[in-house]
Amino acid sequence: MTAPASSSPVAETAVPLPAKPTVWRKLLRSPNVVVGVAIVLVMVCIGLIAPLIATSDPTAINPGARNRVPMATSTMRMDDGTRATVTHYMGTDTLGRDVFSRVVYGARVSIFIGISVAILSVSIGLVIGMAAGYFRWLDSIIMRIMDGLMAIPAILLAIAVVSLSRAGLASVIIAIVVPEVPRVVRLVRSVVLSVREEPYVEAAVTAGTPTLKLIIRHILPNTVAPLIVQGTFICASAILVEAILSFLGIGIPPDVPTWGNIMAEGRQLFRIFPHNILYPGIFLALTVLAVNMLGDGLRDTLDPKMEKRG
Amino acid sequence: MISYILRRLAATVPVLFTVAVMVFLMLRLTPGDPAAIIAGDNATTQQILDIRTKLGLEEPILQQFFIWLGSILRGDLGESFFFRKTVFELISERIEPTLSLAFLTIVLAVVIAIPLGVLAAYRQGTWIDRVVMGFSVIGFSVPVFVIGYLLIYIFAIKLGWFPVQGYQRISGGVFPWFRSLVLPAFTLSVIYIALIARMTRTSVLEVLSEDYIRTARAKGQTEVKVLFQHALKNAAVPIVTVVGIGVALLIGGVVVTESVYSIPGLGRLTVDAVLARDFPVIQAIILAFSFVYVLINLIVDLSYTIFDPRIRY
Repeated sequence: MTAPASSSPVAETAVPLPAKPTVWRKLLRSPNVVVGVAIVLVMVCIGLIAPLIATSDPTAINPGARNRVPMATSTMRMDDGTRATVTHYMGTDTLGRDVFSRVVYGARVSIFIGISVAILSVSIGLVIGMAAGYFRWLDSIIMRIMDGLMAIPAILLAIAVVSLSRAGLASVIIAIVVPEVPRVVRLVRSVVLSVREEPYVEAAVTAGTPTLKLIIRHILPNTVAPLIVQGTFICASAILVEAILSFLGIGIPPDVPTWGNIMAEGRQLFRIFPHNILYPGIFLALTVLAVNMLGDGLRDTLDPKMEKRG
Repeated sequence: MISYILRRLAATVPVLFTVAVMVFLMLRLTPGDPAAIIAGDNATTQQILDIRTKLGLEEPILQQFFIWLGSILRGDLGESFFFRKTVFELISERIEPTLSLAFLTIVLAVVIAIPLGVLAAYRQGTWIDRVVMGFSVIGFSVPVFVIGYLLIYIFAIKLGWFPVQGYQRISGGVFPWFRSLVLPAFTLSVIYIALIARMTRTSVLEVLSEDYIRTARAKGQTEVKVLFQHALKNAAVPIVTVVGIGVALLIGGVVVTESVYSIPGLGRLTVDAVLARDFPVIQAIILAFSFVYVLINLIVDLSYTIFDPRIRY
């Protein structure tokens, strides 16, 4: 059975769920999951077909059409010399760039960052957490480092990592992954610690199962559900943190259209032209809200015992 | 009790030590001469040489660490070549706005979030519960700066009730100080309220089914007394814990809020320092904020005995 929920990019960040129809049916019955997936899908589609729906080049500077209010029109000279009239659905910024086109392209960056940060944090955290939970001698060293990392407030740590490298997509992704990893490590470690005491694991050890097989066959499956939930929340917070870094002017380079960058650009003239902050703000909030709702719904169905942001 | 406090204090030492190691390694792991990075782009050769000697860059790395740690412990946080001041001076200048903002935000958040959470638990499953929980999810999702600009637009620009941006020092009068902080504190408190209200609801829900709640109701206590005296008091430990953990969110939010409202505090200083690649300042701020965060959570741990006398150390 192929449930519509399976097309969500977020739900698939970790190992796919075993195809139990009951789980899918339960997920479909959760309003949080359905609404969350629907909004996320719309945003993904907007990002994918951005070149088709954008009314103009998101980086094209047009000095003749600066600071237009939403729905204003302007004429643009095309490459072949003809003139075309463009309607700026969301107005233009101080350089005359079309805000609607920039917002549409911004969806690409936000979703890409959300998904890649979630996948990276979960994978790195899974490996380290497994090691810490399974090999006692590694545990105290790893957990000391994780405690230290968690003592630095997340955004501050991200800012510190960004400050060490040149601004760019890769460094922003690394900067957001670093503070998230310890949280995943803690989660995985606690699952491993409780599972390794289970009789079936002891039985497998007694039967002489090799360590690697034991970890993959008997311990790993227990981490899947909590990690899918955690990965979804990480995706939401990554989209937020990217916007915050870009907004502060220390994230993705300002010429790249991201929601944070559009809002950073709109700061100076906010009093007269609030649309530069309003529209990308709505898209950003809606996306993060949808991913958070999806996470809440997933948690309630897959992993009812887990507490959010522990 | 005293031995427990000492043990808990001792337990924070390795955490802070790890933070110090990481902050120290920050510069050593980046490619380039640490002295040149610290001195900034406009440094003279003499300045770079002075820093090299001061940091002991010719020594082995372990020794460099202890030289650095020693000066930090003596309160010498280095010098900002960008701001042309010692880092200590810079931080003490900027600390008042940040402390004021954080203080008002915590008070506001606790005063709003706890009654909301109790109410949501009391009316579990009704529209009140759904509105509070819905607000909580939205609070986690709307970025601080969007809330900030929205509040500025409505309450400062359209209605004119509060100043648009800027900070008034408390020495210039309590009223102007308070007025300049109302909007920033509201902005910053949204995510904190979301966090605390959620935890309050969960925690109160758990105790509401206890026998002593039924007993309290049976002996004719008013609902308000049952909720706030019997239920809330027993639900307090997780709530206080989340108030402590939430300080990390608060510190992140301070950086953004101060930028939105042009408040000359430590958050604004952080952004300026990163833009200027002013590493002594960045290092000192990370150390200071982490220290405060660890300290607050230590205090939270120790406060458990007040809220739950069954916990004895």
